[in-house]
Amino acid sequence: MKALQTNNASNLKIKQHRFVEILLKIFIWVCALLTVSFVVGIIIYILVKGIEGMSWNFISTPAAAYPVENYGILGNIVNTLYLIVITLVIATPIGVGAAIYLTEYAKQGRLTKIIEFTTETLSGIPSIIYGLFGSVFFYSVFKLNYSILAGSLTLAIMILPIIIRTTQESIKTVPIMYREGAMGLGATRWYMIRTVILPCSIEGILTSVILSIGRIVGESAALIFTAGLAYNLPNITGIGDIFKKAMDQGASLTVQLYQYAARGGEEMKYAFSTALVLVIVVLIINVLTKIIARGFKKVK
Amino acid sequence: MAELNNSDIKIVTKDVNLFYGDNHALKDVTLDILSNKITAFIGPSGCGKSTYLKTLNRMNDIVPNVKISGKVLLDGEDIYENGVNVTYLRKKIGMVFQKPNPFPMSIYDNVAYGPRVHGIKSKARLDEIVENSLKGAAIWEETKDRLKQNALGLSGGQQQRLCIARAIAVEPEVILMDEPTSALDPISTLKIEELMSQLKEKYTVAIVTHNMQQAARISDYTAFFLVGEMIEYGETQQIFSRPKNKKTEEYITGRFG
Ligand SMILES: Nc1ncnc2c1ncn2[C@@H]1O[C@H](COP(=O)(O)OP(=O)(O)OP(=O)(O)O)[C@@H](O)[C@H]1O
Ligand SMILES: [Mg+2]
Repeated sequence: MKALQTNNASNLKIKQHRFVEILLKIFIWVCALLTVSFVVGIIIYILVKGIEGMSWNFISTPAAAYPVENYGILGNIVNTLYLIVITLVIATPIGVGAAIYLTEYAKQGRLTKIIEFTTETLSGIPSIIYGLFGSVFFYSVFKLNYSILAGSLTLAIMILPIIIRTTQESIKTVPIMYREGAMGLGATRWYMIRTVILPCSIEGILTSVILSIGRIVGESAALIFTAGLAYNLPNITGIGDIFKKAMDQGASLTVQLYQYAARGGEEMKYAFSTALVLVIVVLIINVLTKIIARGFKKVK
Repeated sequence: MAELNNSDIKIVTKDVNLFYGDNHALKDVTLDILSNKITAFIGPSGCGKSTYLKTLNRMNDIVPNVKISGKVLLDGEDIYENGVNVTYLRKKIGMVFQKPNPFPMSIYDNVAYGPRVHGIKSKARLDEIVENSLKGAAIWEETKDRLKQNALGLSGGQQQRLCIARAIAVEPEVILMDEPTSALDPISTLKIEELMSQLKEKYTVAIVTHNMQQAARISDYTAFFLVGEMIEYGETQQIFSRPKNKKTEEYITGRFG
């Protein structure tokens, strides 16, 4: 009899847990649904509002001088590509180098802790402050004026923390036994880093690069004061001109979006069209990240 | 150590002390390792067997806050002297670890790793070394058709033989093995034990093992360690049949450890 009772009691308890569990499940479902509907909602909204100004002409031609007859963002797309390439060319080697130094060479202690703390802090600073700094430092001190190069240098400082942190994390996950294996065969530290550590952490490095591209594509505040507002195509007549473009002004897609939206009125629809292009680019970047990650899993 | 003579001495360790920070991990360890013999190191966990093995090829150098004193002589040369080329030292004294640790690259590249470290670039020469090393580690038949495949696809036992192949690819004079079979099944273990008996014809082998039968089966000399001290060292047969020290006897008869 007694046994039966306790049995009943514990049955009841189980039911109670069940009830809480179901409530929790519903709560989680609602949260998930809300998140998904926000994302989908924003995308649909941008799609609807942006489709009006969207045309082949819009993405395949640069804007003509203001006040304008022709609205187009080809110049801004080219500028954005320039910004991505130059920023990565500057930041990736420095960031990966710093990460290697911090994890492999620096004596672990107070100094490395301070550096790591600083990097972390840097990644939390609002980007407009980078822009302000860039405009003083690169614009005035280095006399780069408004230029894609000044913008890229500013962005490079901004994305360094991402690259350093992500690379460090992936270097740290390389098993000690690989290091011992390499050292035990007489490899010097640098040889080991080159042949074992870096190949093992390439996935993390690539991830950090793609994250950085996302950051660059989405950045506007840091660029307004540094890269300027121009939207013309580079005037390329020779190889040298390809590089000279870096010294010109150039508004990225986001900065162009800002300009359209700031002027408002008729041009508002072009702000949305530009947003649409940005959303598509970001989606593509996300898909690329997934594909690369999956590719690496397969190799492993 | 009067009873240990007649053979050549490969490595001399004299009054070796090692500290990890404040932890006195090796205390006045003095013993000689003989050429073309298998020397086994036994003792309870944490007694300093791995540490001792690593002092022989200076793998402890990587550990921060290590202090080492005493002498380690390889063919009469002090390996801790200033100006010793560690890369060259580790070419002469190779190492196989407890857990098989092939690099995540092809079987070929694993074996060729060491030779490449030491500057061999010729494809033909590397091909030859890879084949000979894999044969030497008794794993050629299993791998000859899949040299370009990732080494991580091999079984644990195969991986460990690959690691032995990788170690002998640089033509070392001494091979250090730290519990090379403790992560393996009995059949793989047997294969590696057979391999060791062959290896001693060309190399000097030092092996750490927790397996008493293994030590008794394969080694010529055995050293017993206890909390950082070398308690007894002698011919394996003598250590296992007539140990002189009471603690050795207690350990090998399984009364502690
Ligand atoms: N890298 C290290 N840093 C600090 N202390 C260490 C390090 N490696 C080993 N020790 C310490 O040195 C002592 C000897 O360790 P060692 O690994 O040589 O023992 P072992 O005989 O190989 O043990 P096991 O049979 O468990 O492998 C232990 O007290 C251990 O905690
Ligand atoms: Mg050990």
